[in-house]
Amino acid sequence: MAQRIEEERSGRKQAPVIEPGHTFGSVTDQISSIVLNRPTSTGWFIGFGFFFMLTMMLLYALGYLFLKGTGIWGVNIPVGWGFAIVNFVWWIGIGHAGTLISAILLLLRQSWRNSINRFAEAMTLFAVASAGIFPLIHTGRPWLAYWLFPYPNTMRVWPQFRSPLVWDVFAVSTYFTISLLFWFIGLIPDLATLRDRSENRLAKIIYGILAMGWRGSARHWHRYETSYLLLAGLATPLVLSVHTVVSFDFAVSIVPGWHTTIFPPYFVAGAIYSGFAMVLMLAIPIRKIYNLEDFITERHLENSAKVMLATGLIVAYGYVMEAFLGWYGGSKYDAFLLWNRLHGPYAFFYIMLWVCNIIVPQVLWIRKIRTTPAALFLISGVVLVGMWLERFIIVVVSLQRDFLTSSFGMYYPTRWDWMTYIGTIGMFLAAMFLFVRILPMISIFEMRTLLPEAEVKE
Amino acid sequence: MAEEAKPRRAEDVCPSKKSGLDLATVEAALAQTKGPEYWRSLEELSGTPEFQEMMHREFPKGASEWLDGVSRRGFLRLMGASMALAGMTGCTKLPLQKIVPYVKQPEEFIPGRPLFYATAMTLSGYASPLLVESHLGRPTKIEGNPEHPASQGATDIFAQASLLELYDPDRSQTTTYRGDARSWNSFLQATRGMLSVQKGLQGAGLRVLTQTISSPSLNDQMRSLLKLYPQAKWHVYEPVNRDSANAGAQIAFGEAVETRYNLDKADVILSLDADFLYAGFPGFTRYVRDFSKRRNPDGAISRLYAVESTPTSTGLKADHRLPLRASEVEEFARTLAAEIGGGGGGASSSAANAKFVAAVAADLKAHRSASVVIPGEHQSPAVHALAHAMNQVLGNVGHTVEYTEPVDANPISHGDSIRDLAADMRAGKVDLLVILGGNPAYDAPADLGFADLLMKSGVALRVHLGLYQNETAELCHWHINEAHYLESWGDGRAYDGTVSIAQPMIDPFYDGKTAVELVAILNGQSGTRTHEIVQAYWQKEHPGADFDAFWRRALHDGWIAGTTFAPKAMALKADGIPAASALGPAGIEINFRRDPSVHDGRFSNNGWLQELPNPLTKITWDNPVMISPAMADRMKLKSEDMVELGVNGAKAVAPVWVQAGHPDNSVTVFLGYGRRRAGRVGTGAGFDMYPLRTTAAPSFAAGVQMRATGETYKLASTQGYQTMETPVGSRPLVRVADLEEYRKDPKFAQEGEPPKDLTLYTPYDYASQTYAWGMTIDLNSCVGCNSCMVACQSENNIAVVGKEQVAKGRHMHWLRIDTYYQGDRANPAAHFQPVPCMHCENAPCEVVCPVGATLHSTEGLNDMVYNRCVGTRYCSNNCPYKVRRFNFLLYQDWETPQYKMMRNPDVTIRSRGVMEKCSYCVQRINENRIDAERADTTIPDGKLQTACQQVCPADAIVFGNINDPNSRVSKLKAQARNYSLLGDLNTRPRTTYLAEVRNPNPELSA
Repeated sequence: MAQRIEEERSGRKQAPVIEPGHTFGSVTDQISSIVLNRPTSTGWFIGFGFFFMLTMMLLYALGYLFLKGTGIWGVNIPVGWGFAIVNFVWWIGIGHAGTLISAILLLLRQSWRNSINRFAEAMTLFAVASAGIFPLIHTGRPWLAYWLFPYPNTMRVWPQFRSPLVWDVFAVSTYFTISLLFWFIGLIPDLATLRDRSENRLAKIIYGILAMGWRGSARHWHRYETSYLLLAGLATPLVLSVHTVVSFDFAVSIVPGWHTTIFPPYFVAGAIYSGFAMVLMLAIPIRKIYNLEDFITERHLENSAKVMLATGLIVAYGYVMEAFLGWYGGSKYDAFLLWNRLHGPYAFFYIMLWVCNIIVPQVLWIRKIRTTPAALFLISGVVLVGMWLERFIIVVVSLQRDFLTSSFGMYYPTRWDWMTYIGTIGMFLAAMFLFVRILPMISIFEMRTLLPEAEVKE
Repeated sequence: MAEEAKPRRAEDVCPSKKSGLDLATVEAALAQTKGPEYWRSLEELSGTPEFQEMMHREFPKGASEWLDGVSRRGFLRLMGASMALAGMTGCTKLPLQKIVPYVKQPEEFIPGRPLFYATAMTLSGYASPLLVESHLGRPTKIEGNPEHPASQGATDIFAQASLLELYDPDRSQTTTYRGDARSWNSFLQATRGMLSVQKGLQGAGLRVLTQTISSPSLNDQMRSLLKLYPQAKWHVYEPVNRDSANAGAQIAFGEAVETRYNLDKADVILSLDADFLYAGFPGFTRYVRDFSKRRNPDGAISRLYAVESTPTSTGLKADHRLPLRASEVEEFARTLAAEIGGGGGGASSSAANAKFVAAVAADLKAHRSASVVIPGEHQSPAVHALAHAMNQVLGNVGHTVEYTEPVDANPISHGDSIRDLAADMRAGKVDLLVILGGNPAYDAPADLGFADLLMKSGVALRVHLGLYQNETAELCHWHINEAHYLESWGDGRAYDGTVSIAQPMIDPFYDGKTAVELVAILNGQSGTRTHEIVQAYWQKEHPGADFDAFWRRALHDGWIAGTTFAPKAMALKADGIPAASALGPAGIEINFRRDPSVHDGRFSNNGWLQELPNPLTKITWDNPVMISPAMADRMKLKSEDMVELGVNGAKAVAPVWVQAGHPDNSVTVFLGYGRRRAGRVGTGAGFDMYPLRTTAAPSFAAGVQMRATGETYKLASTQGYQTMETPVGSRPLVRVADLEEYRKDPKFAQEGEPPKDLTLYTPYDYASQTYAWGMTIDLNSCVGCNSCMVACQSENNIAVVGKEQVAKGRHMHWLRIDTYYQGDRANPAAHFQPVPCMHCENAPCEVVCPVGATLHSTEGLNDMVYNRCVGTRYCSNNCPYKVRRFNFLLYQDWETPQYKMMRNPDVTIRSRGVMEKCSYCVQRINENRIDAERADTTIPDGKLQTACQQVCPADAIVFGNINDPNSRVSKLKAQARNYSLLGDLNTRPRTTYLAEVRNPNPELSA
């Protein structure tokens, strides 16, 4: 209904959220067959193999790190945080899209989300898992990192609760838990479908265990809906809180370039921005490879692009405000920070940050580009690079030159920094490969609700 | 299961595969054998390690295991080791150690409490009186002797770092013949024949090459050697010597004298290329103390003019500084001498300097008998003579300048001496060459080709005594490992002539010998110990029944009363000063300077000194060529570009460093680097500049060719940005005013600190505590001599990280000295600012630590709990002063046994992944607190000193209780000059600074 009204208002026809001609059966067949019937292609093996190798490289880099210490990275005094924290914030940001799509859009009754929420959630999980590695490994003595958790101990020593890093531990672990639960509960009806349809006995058993006895009774559906809605309600504030807390890591400190009140909203917007960019980067090739254009339509791409455009503008506002206050605020340290960003040794990256995050995405105002998958893929890539640069600028350039001119320093990442970073990308994508292979990447039962058959007839 | 039921041999702690034998099993094993096999088996058995171990242990297994008190941790380690070594048949047994309780407790010896012994370290003949802290017989820290006038408790970097030298695992550990270890007796045998031959020849083929010797007993030995072998010669050589000073005295007075300055009486000081405020200058600690006493702007502040050919910390401390090429300093001195009526022939100085000359002359003349002219040791003899003349004319002699006997027992020209030796060697006159210390194969003037001579000239027997197997040792037949001064007896004279007895702190680690012992062998007194010789000498000097008391007093006090040289009246020769030599301004000039850290190369293998930043450039581990900014622009060079230097055909390659304030058309190279055989630390660091240095021009030479090679070289600097200026304004980090400005507005330094009550929280009531620790650092006194940095490193067991890590920004110094340049690059002002932890009352580091590893004590200390630290580095990010240091890798050496003995037992050794920083020497605070509490009193002001404070020759650092309004630190904090660094951040640092006040000459500053 709403769609029709909107279309009438705008005077143009939008792409549907599901191509016409599908039935309950065809939707179920097409999505479940990817997992159950479709032969595993060579391309999948090559892709998975490649990213698995990168994951092994990550393990190698981590092994060497644990053996030697964080000195194998480029971190130093004054730049105590480098790639590890940059990557952490970047991955956590990417992990925001899944929950936003699943929870907030669910509550807002944006039914178009149904075809992308499943893999967006999976992506969230893998991104948060990738992010979660970094706070642990960046510590000097990772085997003692559990001291950040408040656990009862004979020494009666607790974490220092005033430190944002402790808040981080709670924020990220809560977020991961809720995301995992939300994703898994959403999977249960589909796991039951797979259990029922698979012919392989082992698959039947595994899917059967995971489906937790789902029979699709009215009572099951009732409980499912209630719990899913409750979890959505729980997850919604988390979308805002996680990156807010992450931004506190910086905002609570006194470092020029970190100590700023604009960080929470600007970080959240940036997170959603990069999250949607990652969703698009994954959705566009997947719909092409698995012929899912019927389910992930141009409508989805366009909506995601619109979200990117909106959040990108919020981020742009943040950049402009930072620069403006550097000039207007009257603090000599902030003024120098602005100068250093523009003219310092990392000025190129700051300019690229504006280009990637603000200038390039402005083409999304054009509808034609919003509906061209190749263009969107490219722009999403640019945005992901830009958002990584944003974190680099915030973390490194602020620390590099702070208060005492005598302590000005430089940061050069080492090959171990790069191996760890690329390794997490490998791990993330290897996990995505596994996911599309063994689980329904689109929610079958939720897609069915989008069909005309699902509308309750009077 | 079934196996368990069988009786099993009890476990042995020894982790061998076959668990150890016991008597029963051996008997059982033997019982099973018969006949001849029996005997064979016993032999076999006795050969097995298990059997030997059993015999060794005497008691059957288990009996001896727990006697040595294996701790729980030790037990677990053994268990872990048994698991790990389960497959290995070998069995490592700890070395047998004797644990014997004292039958009689040594006097004053309390385990856990250090004892202090007086001794002295001699560098280039000048002794620094010391007090050495000894823990259970291990020297762990070196302090100045507070009662000695030359030290007054202060020391310099070399004395501080000599502790590391003592424990250096690379030290030569045995007598060697052509590189192979030999016993001491075989050396004695090998020399016996040669000595008897020489005795017959009256020592015609005997040459002894020593370094500068001020030791009366060694001098006595040498003199008797020369009596025994009348034809033998005593040569003296050190690359950094006082030839010019001696020659200058010769010109002025006709004899060598020691010039002593009383800087506390000097209103106006002129340095003619003298770096008298940096370690290595004779009397450095005393001069800095006296100089800094006169830098109080509320009292009679002195004024320092510096004319110098290379920027030094002394010159940058001066109120007025004139950069001149080394060859131009003489001309300047002549002009000035003419101006003030001290002769000199009145050479005309260029117009640019005329104003400077006139102002300095007027100032000197206005302060007759309260001014002083100090010439630098690498200036020409004429400059020294002119300085003597000027001091005479200004009436300074007897007031600010005193002449005494030379401290050097054999004040001959080192340059001539080594040249004569080389000539004799070339002529084949030398049969036995004994080199007592030093490294002439590396540092002798290049034109002598000394290393080649050693190898090829056919000296039949070459003997080298040294702490290290260095370049010279390599070319000698015999190398004798020398005993370090901390493990041997000796004596030496301080700059004022006072004799200190050096007493050993510990038994020689490697049975090293001293120069005294070696000369005794040449004198036919082999078997005499150094102790006996030194004592016998002083017995001769102090005959009488009270010798024992005299000797004990000398050892206790650290010096022999009454040995200070009395001032001597010297008559200036009227016609002494030679006419100006014609050193044309041809091309580029080169200066050869000792390195501020490794001196002439003798400290190359000392990690503390290698990592000690150059006070000006902040470069560690290297010796770049200093050039002026103008020259760099002209030749299109920038720092770290490689250049090739050519002087009279000799060539050397090194990177350049563009140094603000360096005179134009002149380069400075630093000696002491590029060692081929220094040890693990020093070998290969930096670039060897000795090949450019000749006997003709040991200090500076003209006609240098310099060209860029096009390559670059990475230099490791600890401070990349050396100005307080930023493109968007200056930061008031070091606050400076001229004396006039200060008098007008004494509170000029105080600005921008938020009011203390501007907080929502109830502030902690520090005032109710007994103690509240605080520190002031007087930037006016600080001369940037780096002593505090090495003292801190020694006191707090701070690791050395190496050049690679320094280049990455990971040096570990808890206390650093920031150097800031200001103004004209050709002749800038510079400021030194020591930065330890500020111990902020509102410490930004504390709130961000997730595990509470850095906390505030009730006394206001910002404490680090190493055990609790997980290493997030958040605290360092949030520290605006960046004083926190992180163990990015395992920087501490946990293995080398020598270092284990060296460390301060009161300070934790930090592991990797842990943050560390200045603790205000909390171990000293606690030690003093315990003492005070036992006496039911409070720690008296002044008794408790931090390591940096104790070593500071300038007395710039004052630490104490700010709750006590009468403490020195409280009074200093109440001064108008007191300010907080970055006080506008409301961190409320406990370490505050006293702003710098300069005293420029109004005539020149206008």
